[in-house]
Amino acid sequence: MTHRSLLAVAAALALTACSGPPVDGAAAGPTPDGSDLSGTLTVFAAASLTDVFTTLGEEFERQHPQVDVQFSFAGSSALAAQLTQGAPADLFAAADEAQMARVQDAGLVEDPAEFAANRLVLAVPPANPAGLRPPEGGAGVPSLADILTSDVTLAVCAEEVPCGAAAAEVLAAAGSPATPDTYEEDVRAVLTKVELGEVDAGLVYVSDVVAAGDGVVAFAFREGEQAVNRYEAAVLTDAPNPAAARAFSELVRSDAGQAALGAAGFPPS
Amino acid sequence: MSRRRRDGGVPAPLLVPALLAVAFLVLPLAGLVVRAPWSQIGPQLASPGVGQALRLSLVSATLATAVSLLLGVPLAWVLARSTLRGRSVLRALVTVPLVLPPVVGGVALFLVLGRQGIVGRWLYEATGFSLPFTTAAVVVAETFVAMPFLVISVEGALRAADARFEDAAATLGADRWTTFRRVTLPLVAPGIAAGAVLCWARALGEFGATITFAGNFPGTTQTMPLAVYLALQRDPEAAIVLSLVLLAVSLATLLLLRGRWLGRTVSA
Repeated sequence: MTHRSLLAVAAALALTACSGPPVDGAAAGPTPDGSDLSGTLTVFAAASLTDVFTTLGEEFERQHPQVDVQFSFAGSSALAAQLTQGAPADLFAAADEAQMARVQDAGLVEDPAEFAANRLVLAVPPANPAGLRPPEGGAGVPSLADILTSDVTLAVCAEEVPCGAAAAEVLAAAGSPATPDTYEEDVRAVLTKVELGEVDAGLVYVSDVVAAGDGVVAFAFREGEQAVNRYEAAVLTDAPNPAAARAFSELVRSDAGQAALGAAGFPPS
Repeated sequence: MSRRRRDGGVPAPLLVPALLAVAFLVLPLAGLVVRAPWSQIGPQLASPGVGQALRLSLVSATLATAVSLLLGVPLAWVLARSTLRGRSVLRALVTVPLVLPPVVGGVALFLVLGRQGIVGRWLYEATGFSLPFTTAAVVVAETFVAMPFLVISVEGALRAADARFEDAAATLGADRWTTFRRVTLPLVAPGIAAGAVLCWARALGEFGATITFAGNFPGTTQTMPLAVYLALQRDPEAAIVLSLVLLAVSLATLLLLRGRWLGRTVSA
């Protein structure tokens, strides 16, 4: 019942937005402190943002008690496909520029803004069955080729998803030191296989290693700097609740939001 | 009069829901056909990856069905005919894969057959062989998900079959194994065939357990459903084409089987 009335409010706001004066930001009439934001805010966000966005969402609901934040977390490519098929959302947060460009090309968003970055590291199970480690006494960050050996069982993301595109890039830059044994559907699937010890190593994001805690051990490598994923967020042009979407996007880019992203392992963008 | 009505007319209370069911089941397929980029079908079919994935799908689903027949028919007999205590618990246990989300099934297979798994660890230490990420793992994942369909079908057929034929065979001096081979199997052959078709179809469409337990590598473990899912991430039109190919091949196979092998039993 509460949900239905919230939806009704959201719908009423959307109607106001259509018939109201064409002044940017005037639709839902946010005051500087945003106190009269209300309704449901639907955020489509990349799977790697699950933990940090959930925290930020709770913070947002505390600041705006009238707003109910709903998240849909999945691979950015899957979310982009859903949005182009007409899925209703207010804000889209993608793990790379390519997936945001897909949605932008379909005319669904304008002016995406970068809010975080992520890069790949090599994760191995704590037991490290293949005995992978960077060379002793090497100066600076080692190459991926110095850590990987050709006989390891290696999991990476499929090239169709952002982390897989980045994985292909770093493997090529390192001179293909090992051939992947499986191309997983998203980065969390790679992480699971490393945590279960079913593969010797996997290429995952720094933020995933932070989320996994003691479940994996990770090594940084210098090719990672060449394939940095840039996370972008954009308000959808036909968002039912654009004012709340803009406010959430501002929270993510605020000092508090950036601190939360940093704590979750996202390197500063 | 009553005979003609039975042959021809369908009562309205059955006809209307039946038509709704047909619409519900067939319209999504029609959607695939209508939205398909027909001009792309030629180039898509010619790409080597599609043939590879299709071949792997057909081979692994067939192997999974063979394994299911070999193990599932005896299990169905035990469930339907034996006087074992706790049969109902056993039945509930072996049909768990039906309700288990396939991805969970894949993780469970890891925990037992993975190289860190309860059984797999021992195998890996003894022989250096690790099952995940091999074609054999695809067959294992598909069998895990599909065999319960066969078991349920065959058990149903066994329960419906007239046990007096078996009793007659026994009074004529046949032992239980001979009775099973010479009387029971021919009696429930249509049920076994229907169960095998259901099992094969389920194995062909299997996605979650396969991508979890066997991974995704072109030529080794990338079956058609996995190829479709990944194509959907980048190029939805290619995904539609791949779906149609899988649909056409599975329909053609089922129709062919029906005509040749199930023909008599269906009309019976």
